[in-house]
Amino acid sequence: MPKLPLPPLPKALQPLPPRPGDSDANGNGKPQTTAELATEAGISVVDWIDERTSMSGGIRWLLFRKVPRGINWFYTLGSATMFAFLNQAVTGVFLAMYYRPDAAGGAYESVRYITDDAFLGQLVRGMHKWGASVMIILIFLHMGRVFFFGAYKYPRELTWIIGVVLLILTLAMGFTGYLLPFDQRSYWASIVGININAGGPFIGPYLADFLRGGAEFGATTLSRFYAIHMMLIPGLIAALIGFHLYLVTKLGISAPPWLKAEEEPELRETTV
Amino acid sequence: MPGAFEGETVTRRRFMTAVTHGSGAIAAMAFTLPALGFAIGPLFSRLPWSWQPIGPPEDFTENTYTTKVIQLVQGIGEAGNSIAYVRKRNPAIDTEPLDEYDHWVALSDRCMHLGCPVRYVAAAERFICPCHGGVYDFRGMVVGGPPVRPLDRFYTRYNAATGLVELGPRYSVNSELQRFSPRDPGEPLDGIGQYLYPARFSTASLTDR
Repeated sequence: MPKLPLPPLPKALQPLPPRPGDSDANGNGKPQTTAELATEAGISVVDWIDERTSMSGGIRWLLFRKVPRGINWFYTLGSATMFAFLNQAVTGVFLAMYYRPDAAGGAYESVRYITDDAFLGQLVRGMHKWGASVMIILIFLHMGRVFFFGAYKYPRELTWIIGVVLLILTLAMGFTGYLLPFDQRSYWASIVGININAGGPFIGPYLADFLRGGAEFGATTLSRFYAIHMMLIPGLIAALIGFHLYLVTKLGISAPPWLKAEEEPELRETTV
Repeated sequence: MPGAFEGETVTRRRFMTAVTHGSGAIAAMAFTLPALGFAIGPLFSRLPWSWQPIGPPEDFTENTYTTKVIQLVQGIGEAGNSIAYVRKRNPAIDTEPLDEYDHWVALSDRCMHLGCPVRYVAAAERFICPCHGGVYDFRGMVVGGPPVRPLDRFYTRYNAATGLVELGPRYSVNSELQRFSPRDPGEPLDGIGQYLYPARFSTASLTDR
C-alpha cells in the first residue's frame, strides 16, 4: 500500500534546513569537547569579522611575507624602536592622568606626586623616562643598520626619508618632554634649548617666540610644550610609522650586503 | 571643449570635481587657519611690563652690584622671576652717553651665550656663567668664553613721588653699548648680526607707555 504523504506542517513547525558547518543527522562534525567548542567559538568570531572586513588577506600580507636569506638580529632594530614608541605611548597616556601642566608650581607637585605617592607611579614614570633614552638609542642603531647595510638604496629611498623625519620627531619629543617635570634642570635646559633655536638667522627669533608663546618664558610655554609633546608629535609619529611599515612590507626587506645575488633561472634564458 | 555640451566651456564632470575639491579645501581651511593663527598669535602680542620699584637710591653704590629679584612674567610664581644686578652709574668707567634711563646700571642675569643665569663674583669683579664658562667684566662686557654680546640691561629711572629707583623693560646692547630692542641670547648685534637677528613683535618696549 502506498503511503499517503504527511499533511504539510505550518512554516513555524517545519525543521530548519541544515546550515553549512552544522552537524549532520548522525551528529558528525559537531564539536564534542570543551576545547573543540572553544576553538569553534573563536573561529566563528574571526569568521564573522573577516566576512565583513576581508582583513585576513591584509594581515597575511603584512605578517607572512617572504624575507631574504641571511637576515639576522640587526633586522629587528626597527621593530624594537616601534615597541619603544608603544611603551612611551602607553606609559605617557597613564602619566597624563596625573600630570598638570601648571607653571606656577602645580606641574612639579604633580610629578612629585606621581614619583612619591601614586601606586606604581615611580615605575611608570621610570619606564617613560628611561624608555625615552632607549628609543633614541634604538632609532640611531636602526638608522646605522640601514645605512651600513645599504638598505636605503633604490627603491627604498622614501622609506629612508620618512625614517629621517621620524628621527627628527623623536628628538623633538625628547626636547619637549624634558621640560615637563618642571624642576631646575628642566627649566634651564629648556631655556638653553629655546635659545639655540633662536640662534638660527632670520627666523630664529620668531621660532623661539613660537616655542615660548611670547617674548619671555611664561605660563603658556609649559602647556605649549605639553600639547606638542602629547598630541601633535605622537599623532604624526604614529601616522608616519604606519606609512613606513606599509613601504617596508610593499617593497620587501633588502638582503644583507654580503649575500651575492642569485641569477634567476628563467631570467638567465632571456639574457642576450 | 571636447566632451562638453554645446555652448559650455567645461565638462560637467570636471566642473563637479572642481566644486567638490574646492569645498573640501574651504572646509579644511575653516578650521586649520584659525588654529594656526591661534598658535602663532603670541608672536604678535607685546609682553606687558611696568616700572618696578627696586629700592631707594642709597641701596646702590658705584663700586659693587646689588642683587634684586624682579618679575618678568606675572602669575607663574618663581618661574616668572629673574635677577637684575644694579649699581649706580660711575662716570669714570661708564663712557656710554647718559640719558634719563641710565643713572643706575641694571644688568640682566641672563648669559648672552644661551641664557643661563650668571653670578657676580665680587672678589674678581666678574660675572661668571655656570653652564659653558662665559665671563663678563664689571661693566658686563664679554671678556671670555662663548657669549656673543655684553649682558642685557634694564632701563632705570628715579621716581620722585616715591623716592625709589625703578626698573623698566629689558634692552640689548652691542659691544659699543648701543641700545637695541631685546634680543634672545646667542644673537650677536655687531656688524651683520643686527640684520641676521631682526627685532621681534612680542618684546616689551619703553615706547608702549
